This record gives sequence, structure tokens and C-alpha cells, in this order.
Amino acid sequence: MDQAVGADDDTWTVAGRSFRSRLVVGTGRYKDLEETAAAIEASGAEMVTVAVRRVNLSDPKAPMLQDFVDPKKYTYLPNTAGCHTANEAVRTLRLAREAGGWNLVKLEVLGPPPHLYPDMPGTFEAAEALIKDGFEVMVYCADDPLAAHRLEQMGCVAIMPLGAPIGSGLGIQNPAMLSLIIEQAKVPVLVDAGVGTASDAAIGMELGCDAVLLNSAIAHAREPVLMARAMKAAVEAGRLAYRAGRMPRRMGADPSSPLGGLIR
Amino acid sequence: MNDASMGLITVNGESRPLDGPMTVAGLLAAIGLDGRKVAVERNEAIVPRSAYDTTQLAPGDSLEIVHFIGGG
Repeated sequence: MDQAVGADDDTWTVAGRSFRSRLVVGTGRYKDLEETAAAIEASGAEMVTVAVRRVNLSDPKAPMLQDFVDPKKYTYLPNTAGCHTANEAVRTLRLAREAGGWNLVKLEVLGPPPHLYPDMPGTFEAAEALIKDGFEVMVYCADDPLAAHRLEQMGCVAIMPLGAPIGSGLGIQNPAMLSLIIEQAKVPVLVDAGVGTASDAAIGMELGCDAVLLNSAIAHAREPVLMARAMKAAVEAGRLAYRAGRMPRRMGADPSSPLGGLIR
Repeated sequence: MNDASMGLITVNGESRPLDGPMTVAGLLAAIGLDGRKVAVERNEAIVPRSAYDTTQLAPGDSLEIVHFIGGG
């Protein structure tokens, strides 16, 4: 069968779960839950990140995310956004595990604004505590090959370096560093944060990422549902290009049409 | 006076009176929450859903009731 047509069999696996879609999307920053649901549907994502927060006691009947994004249809990946210590991260994800029964989680321990850069000492501490408590940890991290390797050695199930600061939409600023991390990793590598538009997602996939994780690029597009479709196509295109193997770069031109048989 | 001696519990950071015996399930019902869509932590320990009916609240308890919201 034609390689390109074989894309249907091209799955990726994290912690024993296989996914066909290589786009993981966040569920935050949408206008409302209806738009969240429509954008996620259009993205084709099978895994979505979610946050864990106190319920609003004064409005207990307010619509909940689960009513719009069915946890039976999508793999919920609870995150630790807003946690600045290992203890907060572990408490938050224990609650998530009780609410949904999921061990697969996204760990992020962030430094202060304006960069919200991954706090790696805090991340190591939280990863250790979570793994010890039986969680399967997909970890947001700096684009540091040593840190990535250490997280993998600790038992993290996916390494998720940033391409640019969270919500910046600056695109992938560090292709060389991501390539180093991808090259050494034995677990899936996802670029998480930084993607601003479809071509950025394609670049991430062309570099050899197993998947791309993004949120604001869809949620803050003028037409989120349309951008969700664009991201789906971009991730697929980037993955196919990676599998196909790009042509070598060369200095100077190389004509595409034969030079023989020209009329004289 | 502290919360315990005043017969208060703290729920998501807010004090509320504990009037007589109450379970976690009773508290969720009193607030109006669907227990299947939330998770509960009591004094920093998870209360399993299966124990909502049998977990009695005590004055001074601190509870966190959370759910999933949109996030990246």
C-alpha cells in the first residue's frame, strides 16, 4: 500500500494507550463551553487537557465541562496549572484521579509571570512524588536535553518541552533543541506551548515530535473552529512530511525539467 | 475560638455552620452538587466517592470540592 495512504495505521502510544490523532488540545480560554466543544470536535483530538478547580458554591448548577466534552469520548488529561509546589500538584492530581479515575496526567510547575517558564527544580520534585503515588506523568518542561533525559529516567511517560512561552503564539523558537530531545528520547515527545498558527504545528511534527499540544492558538484565533480544522490538517501534513523524509537542502538550483531534448 | 469550637467547617475556603450530624453526601446535597461530577478532599485526604455516604463531617474539618474546568 502507498505509504501516505497508510497514515490510518500511524498511531502513537503513551502509557499503553494508543491514539490516532497527534493533536492534543487544551479546553481553556474559549468564549463558552459550546465553542469549546465545537473546536475540539473540529480538531479531531482524542486527548484534551483540563484543569482542576474549586466548584463555585454559589452556583452549583452551572454547566460543567463534562456536559460538553464527554470524558467517555475524549481522554481527559488533568493538568496542574497554577500549582507552584510538589504538594499542591500531588493534591490536585489526587483529586483529579478521584473525579475521573485517571492516572495519566499532565504535570506543569511554572515560574512566575511574565514568562511562566517551567520551574524545573519544582517539576523534578513533583514528578518524583507523583510517580511514587502511581501517576503516569506527561511532563511540561524546559527545552533542556539533560532535564528531559532526567525526567525520562525518573519514569515520566512523555516529555513535553515548550516551543515558546505559554500563550505567546510565537511559534517554535527552538527547533535545534527540540531535535536533540527527540533524538535521545525513548518516550513520546510533544511540543507543548508556543504554537501560534498551523505552520508552527506542522514544523513541530516535521521535527519528529510524536504529537503537538496547544490551546491558545485555537481558542484565541478569530474563528476557533476554523483554526481547529487548520491545526488538524497541519499536524497530519507535518507528520506525513516527517515520515516521507524531506529532500536534501542544497545551495543553488537543480532544474526539475530535463535538460535533454530541448529544441534548438 | 476556632472553627472547631464554634461548630464550623470550611468548604472551599468559606466557613459554614455544621448543624448536627452530616455526611459528605449530605453536604453535597445541601449545596446542590452532583456527586458524580466532583471530587472531595477532607483535611487534605481524598474522600473516595464510595465513602461519601459514610464519611461523617466534624467541626473544624476543611473540605475542598473540585471539578474539571477548561484548561491548557
